[in-house]
Formats: sequence, structure tokens, C-alpha cells
Amino acid sequence: MSVFNQSRSTIIRLIFLACFLLLAFRLFQFQIIQQDYSRLADDNAYYKKVVWPNRGLILDRKGVAMVNNIAVYDLMVTPSATKGMDKVAFCKIVQMDTAEFNQKLVDIIKYKGRTISSVFLPLITYSIQSKLDEKMYDFPGFDLVQRSERTYPFNVGGNVFGYINEADTGMIRRSNYLKSGDITGINGLENSYDRVLRGERGIEIFVRDSKQKIIGKYEDGKYDTLPEAGRNLKTSLDAKLQQLAEKLMGGKLGAAVAIDPKTGGILAMASGPGYDPNLLSGISKNKNIGNLLTDVTKPAFNFAIQGTYPPGSTFKPLGGLVALDEGIMTPSSGVGCGGGYNSCGKHVACHGGGHAGNLRNAMAASCNSYFITAFRKALDNPAYGSTQLGYQKWTEYMADFGLGHKLGIDIPREKRGNIPDTAFLAKSIGSHNWNSCALMTMGIGQDRMLTTPLQIANAMCIIANRGYYYIPHFVDSIDGETKQDTMLQRYRIKHVSKQHIPDSSYDAIFDGMEDVVNNGTARRWRIPGISVCGKTGTSENYFRGRKQEEHSVFACFAPKDNPKICVAVLVQNAGQGAQFAAPIATLMIEQYLNDSLPKKRQTVVEQFASKKILPPYLKLEKWEQDSARAYDKFEDTGDSTYIRIYLPPPPPPPVNKDSLAKLEKVKLEKAKQEEEKKKGKLAPKNDGNKEAKTKLPKPDADRPKKKDSLPKRTK
Amino acid sequence: MSNHNTNISKGVDWSLIWIYIILITIGLVSIFAVQYRDTQNISNVLLTGSQDYGKQLRWIAICAVIAIFILLTDSKFFTATANIAYGAGILMLLLVFPFHASVKGTNSIIRLGGFQLQPAELCKVFTLLALAKFLSRADVDFTKPRNHLIAAGITLLPAIITVAQSETGLALVYFSLFLAMYREGLPDSYLVIGFSTAALVIATLLVDKNVLAIIIASIGLLSIFLLQKKGRRNKSLVPTILLFTVISIVIQRVAVPFLFKNVLKSYQVERIYSALGVDNPYAKPLTEEELAATKKVKTKKSDDKDSYNVKQSKIAIGSGGFLGKGFLNNTQTRFDFVPEQHTDFIFCSVAEGFGFIGSFILLALYLTLLWRITVVAERQRSTFSRVYAYGVAAIIFFHIFINLAMTMGLAPVIGIPLPYLSYGGTSLITFTILLFILIKLDADKQMVLR
Repeated sequence: MSVFNQSRSTIIRLIFLACFLLLAFRLFQFQIIQQDYSRLADDNAYYKKVVWPNRGLILDRKGVAMVNNIAVYDLMVTPSATKGMDKVAFCKIVQMDTAEFNQKLVDIIKYKGRTISSVFLPLITYSIQSKLDEKMYDFPGFDLVQRSERTYPFNVGGNVFGYINEADTGMIRRSNYLKSGDITGINGLENSYDRVLRGERGIEIFVRDSKQKIIGKYEDGKYDTLPEAGRNLKTSLDAKLQQLAEKLMGGKLGAAVAIDPKTGGILAMASGPGYDPNLLSGISKNKNIGNLLTDVTKPAFNFAIQGTYPPGSTFKPLGGLVALDEGIMTPSSGVGCGGGYNSCGKHVACHGGGHAGNLRNAMAASCNSYFITAFRKALDNPAYGSTQLGYQKWTEYMADFGLGHKLGIDIPREKRGNIPDTAFLAKSIGSHNWNSCALMTMGIGQDRMLTTPLQIANAMCIIANRGYYYIPHFVDSIDGETKQDTMLQRYRIKHVSKQHIPDSSYDAIFDGMEDVVNNGTARRWRIPGISVCGKTGTSENYFRGRKQEEHSVFACFAPKDNPKICVAVLVQNAGQGAQFAAPIATLMIEQYLNDSLPKKRQTVVEQFASKKILPPYLKLEKWEQDSARAYDKFEDTGDSTYIRIYLPPPPPPPVNKDSLAKLEKVKLEKAKQEEEKKKGKLAPKNDGNKEAKTKLPKPDADRPKKKDSLPKRTK
Repeated sequence: MSNHNTNISKGVDWSLIWIYIILITIGLVSIFAVQYRDTQNISNVLLTGSQDYGKQLRWIAICAVIAIFILLTDSKFFTATANIAYGAGILMLLLVFPFHASVKGTNSIIRLGGFQLQPAELCKVFTLLALAKFLSRADVDFTKPRNHLIAAGITLLPAIITVAQSETGLALVYFSLFLAMYREGLPDSYLVIGFSTAALVIATLLVDKNVLAIIIASIGLLSIFLLQKKGRRNKSLVPTILLFTVISIVIQRVAVPFLFKNVLKSYQVERIYSALGVDNPYAKPLTEEELAATKKVKTKKSDDKDSYNVKQSKIAIGSGGFLGKGFLNNTQTRFDFVPEQHTDFIFCSVAEGFGFIGSFILLALYLTLLWRITVVAERQRSTFSRVYAYGVAAIIFFHIFINLAMTMGLAPVIGIPLPYLSYGGTSLITFTILLFILIKLDADKQMVLR
């Protein structure tokens, strides 16, 4: 009976107690203090499948869908379930050989996993889909999953609608809604109205085991949320007009914009050369995007809002309005014009010769002399004390006409154009040198004045409305619009000109612009039965300091007594305004007002649509771009096959005659130098190295020279 | 046998039996919660035993029979056959070597017909009986070091054989019997030396070896300096301290690296370091392919050093929260995220389903069991019964503590089951035998056992 050591039983019990307290403490720590374990467990066991709703459609003014959805099918595979399938029959249907099939399956298992359903073939064609549908039961583990893609029934509007794509990481980071895998609008209306079009994601919760196998729906779908379909956008676009505009702008650089002046709704916006938006939907989407972005004609560049040009003579109605409003001229006052403007020691020729007897005639004949005089008078107006203050007042007028700032159209990437402010001019011409002579060509829409075609069209709206405008926009209304949809509010505000130019001034301008079409510079394009008020423009432009063929510009509105459509057309490097822009604009007006074109006019459409006018410098740009890429490739891989094509000096861009001769000289000199260099450097090298297969200079020895001979990369 | 043995309930400690029944039931329910699927027909499963909870029910029935048998046996039988049982146990352990069936990487299982038997589990009982028998002998004076050695030998012999069968976890259980010896008067110094060795080994793993050597040496020198006066009186003190210091440094610089490089398997080393939260310096340098593979995995699994088991187990326990997810709502353990979730990691099922409350009640139940066993032990009149009782408490305690610490990432993952809860026939039978022999001995505490 050993009763000794009894104290030790207490010690043993204390050891038990201490250890259990330690465990309890650890439990407390895990289960009560640390909170993230239950999230980790949920991540393990619950698979939240996102269900994307159908995207909203984009309708034209008549309610016809210009952007629609079609169902496409992805062929999905769950590799672990494919045992015992008829491989040969399957490969026959999907047109691949068995080796390719096996390799594809192995890749999917490697990168996606064995038990997860992943895409085997995306966007399978209709014929394959119908064949597979019949025999699906023969192919366990394979599944056809439907999803929707965009389609554009009229094949137009790529630059207006933009396109959709999976959101990249940058977008996801910037947005507080987007998540990985979401489809979002990249450009155009798809981008600016993404919130409306995308709808709301739905979520289905599934339960899965440790091998990622789906076991079933969580709680029979009690916590699932249904997707909410995207809402449709009703635009002011006229599908037929848009089609006509894009057809006419095909093969040309430039833009055509038509606006309904009463609402500011855009009826058509075409950017040349444009592209078929269906290219940016479907299986070769990403390839086509790449092609469009590298094309030097910039099909994906919306010239209507991103291209900035001197407005040329289309600015004259605005110049006239300013002069009339300031009271420095009256509709009947005249200017002496001897075939040009000579007062400032510089000759500015008139296109049509001197018909500067009154405003109406000056407008019809586009008299430079008349409008430069008007501009200078406005600047030197004694009412403001100095030329600088006069100019400042003038810029206020311009701002009122919507020039020099972004109008705020409902698609992104709009440019603001340029109306130089006094601070800028003070720097560039010197603040002691304020002199209306130095600025005079701004009076005829040249020099530093830059506008987008949209701004010109909007200025026409202001004239047509006699002093007010709505911000140009595409979307008239949203399906099921609520108070939360604030994005349309600003397009419903009437912007009234602060200057309150009297109606009589507008009447004079109307008359002058009517004469432009009736018996002035654009008389060839008179439309019988419709009184069009227009103004031709010929805008001078330069490429790398070299004068190029002028842009052809035309701005107009019709009908005169109740304007329903304002159009601005600009065709790059196409010559005078009456040559290209005017016919395009008048065709559009006729199409819109009559909703059709007579047969005789159809032939005119075909005639202009088939004409390709691409500025000659594009060849040089293409050459530069391709050679730069070849050079990059050569730097990266040492592969010289591509760069070889670009080794001879570039074909000179055929420009104006005098500059052409200059270029010829430069080219000859360069070629000579090049040859001398080659001879001097290569001759000894070839002797030493018999195995030199190519006559190409070795990259190391020649790198600096190559950089000289190649044009610098332009990005 | 005498008359009073006919009533088997006489003198039986019912509180122990009730706790036993409750624990077994919790275990069965937990295994059910892990394995039950909507598609299963419960009665069918219970009849055919096609799922583990059906099999466990059969094992419980077998245990009930065994328990009744033990209660019907005369308690003198256990003292009488203790040494024979020990011998048979050792023999069984040795028989494993030629006849073992390879199951899940251990060499410790024999197949008898349809049964799998793990002698290492059962041998715990025999060893404990033998130890109790030795310590209760009249001629054994447990103050003598010679007897300490014999007792340690009885305990550690099966442990060594078990280590050879790659069951390090089961082998470690035998060390818990030192707690029973401690109660019988094992000098404190043994425990002190034991603990400090353990501390030294852990420190070796955690601290840089040179720094540790300097620390040990300075502790040695400091104690010599502080004990100067004593040292003058007691001539052997300074050499002893020096000896201990040298031994410590040898353990730290030679023995531990040797143990980790040559004795332990690489996965065991990995688990020990994983539990300590340190990188394994003994890991083989990876080939470039493996390195690339781990890089891929690492980006996925962030930076924690836990193995998959422990991580999932922690998630399961942690996600239970205060009240738990509810019966059959435990996602971690129901969908196979926690490996071994019905055997060694069964606690996860309880913790996930019933939360902190449920786990705490389970802990309390276990503590009550241990407490009750010590109470029972202290009321024994024979040394045999007391040593046996403390042995039972120590073995159960060791299993519970190491198992739970393992599921919570406090201890390395060594495969030892949670008493009465884990699925597994041998372990359930072993713990049943352990407890019911104690109950029988307690029922017969009036008898003088020698």
C-alpha cells in the first residue's frame, strides 16, 4: 500500500489540465479570433459560376437593331469523362486528325485540369454544330455551350459602336464592377454605355469536392441570383444614311457627320476608310483588331471626332456672323478685292475671284479678301481697346460656336481641336507684336485653327437653329430608363448662344449659304426641290512640313426654311470642297430627307464610292512602319530575311512638283553615299570570310549605319 | 471463481462507462457526418458495412462483446498472465517482419483472413500490464537505478521494434508510460534531464548551431561561476557541469544531425520542421524541374509552410467558428478536403460541424475521463492496479494531446488516432481493452492483487 508520492498525482493532473488548456486556447484562436478560415473553406467547397446576361442591343431611330446578338457555340470538354468515346468519328466531324486531338486533350489536362470543363474548340461553325448535335451521346465528356456574340446586320458603324472584349487586368483594376472573365465595351457606344448594356451578372453556386468535381447545386439553388439582361439603347442613327455615308467614305480618309439640329441627335457618322464591324466579332477578332490597329489608313481611328483639321472656308459663315454681330459690317457692306488680299504685305489669293460687293456674294464666291477684312476688323475693333482684347472677344465667340473645346459626345476619345488662346499667341508671335495681320489667315479658317468634322457639323447646327444647339449624341433613350440613368441628361439641355446674335444676321448668312449651292462654288450639286445652305472649304495642310493636296470640306444644312439635317464632310487630300465633300454631303441630305435616292443619283453614289483617294504619304508611312518592324525582328532574332526587303532607299512620296525635284536630289545623294559606304566597308570583309553567305553587313559592325539608313520608328 | 462475480455490474465505475459510450457515439456520428451522402441508404449501409461508419458500428459491437468478456474475467487473470502476454506481444511484433502486408507505407500490419491487425497497437496493453506487474512485485524497490533501467527496458523494447516498422508515432506512445513510473517515484532528475534533452533537440532545430554552442558553453561557465562556493565543498560538481555541457554540445552538433540524416525518414523530418514552422535544412537540393514545379505551386499556395494536410485541417477547424456549421453541413470534411478525415483527422469533423462549443465540450469530456481515471487510480489498494490506471491515463492523454496538437498544427503529423473517435478496428479494440481492464481491476479493488 504505497501512499507515498501522492503529491505527484496532483502534478500529473496539473500536466493534463495545462495541456488541455493549451489546446482549448489554440481552438479559441482558430475558431473565434481568426476569421479568414471560413472564407478559405468556402473557396474550397463552393464554386460560384457566373452567368452572364445577354447584352443590350443598339437600335437605330426606327427601332431596327444595328447591333444584335447571335447565339454561338463553344465545344467544351471534361477530359476525365471522355473515356470510351468514339474518337475517330469525333475527329471526322470536327475535322482534325487523332494526333492533333490527343495533343489538344493533353494540353487541356495540363493547363486546365482533368475534371474541369474547359473550352475545346471555341465558336464552332454551324455545320459542325449541327452534326455534333445529332451524335452528342456518342461523345461523353463533350458538351456544346451556347453564348452570345455581337453581330452587325448593316455591316456599318464600327467606329460608332466600338467592340466588346474580355476585360483585361488594367480595366479590372480601374473599375469597381468588372471582374475577370467579364465582357466589356472597348470603344464607342459599347464603352460609354457599358453600364446599361451589360446588365447584371447572375451567380449559380455549386458544391465541389477536393478534386474540383461538381457535386451539385448548393441548397438547390436557393442562393443563386438570376442574371438581369442588359437594356437596349435607342439611337438617333439612320441605318440607311449611315450605310450610304460609310459607302461614300470608303477608300478615302476623312469623315462625314450628319446631325439633326433640332435635337442634336447624330444621324450618321462615318469615318473613312472605316471597316466592317463584323470583323471584330467571332473567332478571328483579336487578329483583326491587330490588323486594324497597324493599318496606316487608320480604319479604327474615328476621324469624325479624332481628326483635327483647319476648317478652311467652311469657317466663313461663322466669321461673317461675328462681323455682323459686332456691327463692324452690315450684310450690304462690300470690300474691294482684286483677286486676293494684299494689305498685310502678303498675297492671299481668292479661289473664285472678287465678288466682294456684299456679304451674300462674298459667301457664294468664298471671297478670302472679304472675310480676312472682316476678321481683322473684328480684332482691331476700337470697342475693345486693343487687338489682344479684340482677339479675346473673338475666342469667346468661337467657344460659343462650340470650337476649341470638346463638345462632349457620348463616345470616348473626342479631340478638342484648337482655337489658340491669347496666352498661347502671346508666346508664339510675341506679346509686343499683337497685330491682326499676323493672324489674318485664321479669318478664313486656316493657320492654327483646328476643328474636328463633328465641331463643323455642330457649328452648322448653331447657324441652322439661329443660336442654340444640343450637344451632339447618338443615344436618344434607354429602354426602361430610370432616374439613375443620368448619362443622357446633359444631351437634353439646350445650349443657347451667349452672344444673342439677332435673327437678321442669320438671315444674311442663310442667304449667302444658299447661294453657295444655288449659284456659288457648289452649284454643281444643287438638289432639285431641296434648298440646301452650304459652304465649301478647301483646307491647306502639311505632312512633315511639306504642303500636301488640300482637304476637301463641305458644311451645310437643309432645308433652308426648316433645317432638319446638318452635314459636315471632310475628305483628306481630295482638293477643293466642291470636288468631293459637297457631292457626298448633298447625297446624304437627299437620302435623309427623301429616304431614298433616284436612280440617276445612285450612279453618282457608285461613282464616288469607287474612288480611292489616299494621301501619297501613306506609302512612306507604311514603308517606315514595316521596315521598323523588320528592324525590331532583326534585333530580336537576328533573322535578316525581313529587313532585306527594306534595304534599298524608300520610294519617295510623289508630292508637289517642286518638292518632288528636291526629294529626287536628296535621294540620289543618299544612294550615292550608301553605295560608297558599302563598297568601302564590305569589300575587305568578303575577302576574309569566304563563308559569308549573305552580302548583308554583319549586324554588330553595321548597327550604327543601319540606324541611319532606316527611318526612325514612329509610334 | 467465487459467487460475487456472477453480477458483472457490481463495483463497476459507471461514470467511466458512460463517458466511454458517449465518446464512441460521438466518433460514430463524426464518421457518419464525413461519409454519408444523400444517395446512401443508411439501413442498407449498416447491414452490409459498405461504408466506414457501417464497419465502425460492427467494431463497436465486437468491442461490446470484448468488454463484457473482460468484466466476466477474474481480475487475477490479468496479473497472472501479464508477463506471458508481454512475451506474446513482443513475439507478435517480431512476426510482423516476415508476414507484414504493405498498407499505406507502414510495415506494421498483419493480415489475418479478412482482418488487418496492427500488433503495435495491441502491444501497448501488454507492455503496460508487464510494467504494472514488475513495479508491483514485492522485491522491487523503485528507488534503485537498476530497477529504473529494467522498467525502462520493458517499456522501450516494443518501442524500438515499432520504430523499425516505420511507426514512429506509435513508438512515441510508450514514452508516455514514464508518467506512470513518475507517479511510482521515478526521481525528478530523470524528468528534468528528459525535458532538457527535448528542449535541447528543439533548440538545435530552431537556432543556428554555432550560436547555440556558444549559448550552451556560456550557460555552463555561468553556472560554474555562480556555484563557485558549492564547488569548493563538492569536488565533483564542476566536472559534472563540464560533462553535461560537453554532452549537450555533442548532442547538438553530432547526435541530432545524425538522427535527422540517417535515422528518421525524410518525410518525418519534413513534418517536424513543418510543425516548428522552419525550413527544412536537410531537404535534398531540388533538381531544376522540381524547382520549376514548386515555383508554380508556390504562387498558388502563397507562403505558408504548412503541409496540405495541416492546412486543410486548420481551415476545417477554423471555419467551424463559434457554433459550427451544423451536422452534415461541414464542407471541408464532407468533400474530402482534409485527408484521413475519418481516422487521424476525425477531430476536424467535430470542430467544423459543431464549432468551438462542440470542440470545447469534447475536450472537457476527455479531461473528465482522464481526471476520473486518476481518481480511480488513487483509490486502488494494489500497486499493480494503480500503475496500470496511471498507464491508461498516460496513454490516452498522449494520444489525445498529440492528435489534437497535430490537427491544429502544433505537433508534427505522426499517424496516431484519437481515442474512441477515430475510425479503425484495432485502435478501438485496444482502447476498449485498456479501459475495461481498468474498470474490472477497479471493481475488484477489495481483492489483494500481487
